Amino acid sequence: MNTVNEQVVLKWPESLYSEFERKPGEEKRATHYCPGCSHGVIHKLIAEAMDDFGIRDRTIFVSPVGCSVFGYYYFDCGNFQAAHGRAPAVATGAKRSRPDSIVISYQGDGDLAAIGTNNILHAANRGENITVFFVNNAIYGMTGGQMAPTTLEGQKTSTSPTGRDTSLTGKPLHMSELLATLDAPVYIERVAITDAKHILAARKAVRKALQTQIDRKGFTFVEILSTCPVGWKMDPQEAKGWLEENMMKVFPLGVFKDQVKETEPLPVPVTPIPAEEVPEILFKGMSAFERTGEPDWGDVPERYREPKIKVAGFGGQGILFLGALLSNVALRKNFHVTWLPAYGPESRGGTANCNVVISTRPVAAPLITEPEVVMAFNGPSMDRFEPLVEPGGVLMYNSSLVSQEPVRDDIENVAVPATGLAVELGDGKVANLIMLGAYLSHTGMFTEEDVNEALNAVIKYKEMLELDRKAVARGFQYIRESQ
Amino acid sequence: MSSTPDTKDPVIVGPDVIIDPEMCKGCNLCTYVCPTGVLLISESLNHLGFHPAEYTGEGCTGCGVCFYACPEPGAITVYKPPRKPKKQKEEV
Repeated sequence: MNTVNEQVVLKWPESLYSEFERKPGEEKRATHYCPGCSHGVIHKLIAEAMDDFGIRDRTIFVSPVGCSVFGYYYFDCGNFQAAHGRAPAVATGAKRSRPDSIVISYQGDGDLAAIGTNNILHAANRGENITVFFVNNAIYGMTGGQMAPTTLEGQKTSTSPTGRDTSLTGKPLHMSELLATLDAPVYIERVAITDAKHILAARKAVRKALQTQIDRKGFTFVEILSTCPVGWKMDPQEAKGWLEENMMKVFPLGVFKDQVKETEPLPVPVTPIPAEEVPEILFKGMSAFERTGEPDWGDVPERYREPKIKVAGFGGQGILFLGALLSNVALRKNFHVTWLPAYGPESRGGTANCNVVISTRPVAAPLITEPEVVMAFNGPSMDRFEPLVEPGGVLMYNSSLVSQEPVRDDIENVAVPATGLAVELGDGKVANLIMLGAYLSHTGMFTEEDVNEALNAVIKYKEMLELDRKAVARGFQYIRESQ
Repeated sequence: MSSTPDTKDPVIVGPDVIIDPEMCKGCNLCTYVCPTGVLLISESLNHLGFHPAEYTGEGCTGCGVCFYACPEPGAITVYKPPRKPKKQKEEV
């Protein structure tokens, strides 16, 4: 709102871009919303408040999944687009890392009340100092008018063609009432976008919620009953009537919680940890290494240089550790390295694998689909990854556990009875280090001393060091003897 | 903001409403909320393919309700009646 010579002008808010450059297509001045959609009205109310409160430069707008996924087309402020239902979590992160910012989570009912129910509950329960605008139109608009948790009893949608049957799908979820049972939220109101009176009441609620956040008083939530004329298969005017006659009965308007006045402003949050202190915290106690020169492959044969390595086996065989240790050795020799473990339930006993790339140049792609080296620790890994080895590559396999012979003849096949040798040393667990020794010995890539140096730095349990060193040495020795 | 009116333009004095027909999607919400009934839907089509709202040219009180009812950011601009300098509290 602008005042020029006492002339108040209601016009395009400055907090919305004057042209929607991010919006594809020719039309850069009209929104992507359908005619009569409430989103545009709500955008306008929020943007106007951002203008009036002078908060545009410190506002972070978190868009959901749904029709308003493109919030960043319109809002001229900081923007995130969150995964489905996760906007409150993203907003939490944004607010905590930038306590001075004004963070808005803008979500629909399919997003907030279905897939994101847990996110909103916990953000509200933590009393995050953010504002959530919950646009409830009782339907999944963007995906084609499916039933939502907020769909009314008997309401026809594309997935409830004969009307919502509450005996099968439950009753409409009342998010405002639900959140109002929590202690932490300070302001919860339900408003509607229909006629002048209701729109202006919505405007007031939007402003109150944002002002409360500016005053650092805590979590605010405004549920906005909205029309989806296209999804409801009505013209905008009919939709407005339907909202008033049906939705407002199920979702009564009103203030469900208001403790704004009696709430003291939250303490100014502690400054987040400065970025430069993070490594100290994360890597405390680990000996740091700095690049001491340029990486150099030296005498390593051309075919073994710049390897893309896949290590695979059972969870518990030290697959990920082998990759991490090898990465560490290479780092210490000034190479660029990535180590990408495949995490999952396999780390508790299924199959596990990791990707290691070692290069003289920065690594662009840590994921390996065509490995040049595969270390297979068990049969299933051999089955899965032998076919993927690049022609001319190396297949190292744990012949103690892999019963089948390799079928490829266009690659180097190296059998190492790693588990057997490890048991001979006293502990089958060090099969991974034997395999590492064997690989480095076979390729001439790094020396035993290089590995020992890295081991000193990364091994947490120093009582294991002796056995680990022996295992690496055994791997080197095995290859030397078999050549 | 090339096609919306310049708010500093001294020629426009409220109450007045300016509708940019090229940004209107013809949803009709403004015509329904207008308390004086001075907005209607045009017979002509705009470049988006909608019949845009238009102002009859007389009778706008500058209440601003159509501005808030309109889902498009730039389709409607409302010039409220000029206020006496003493009044600071804004009313919609």
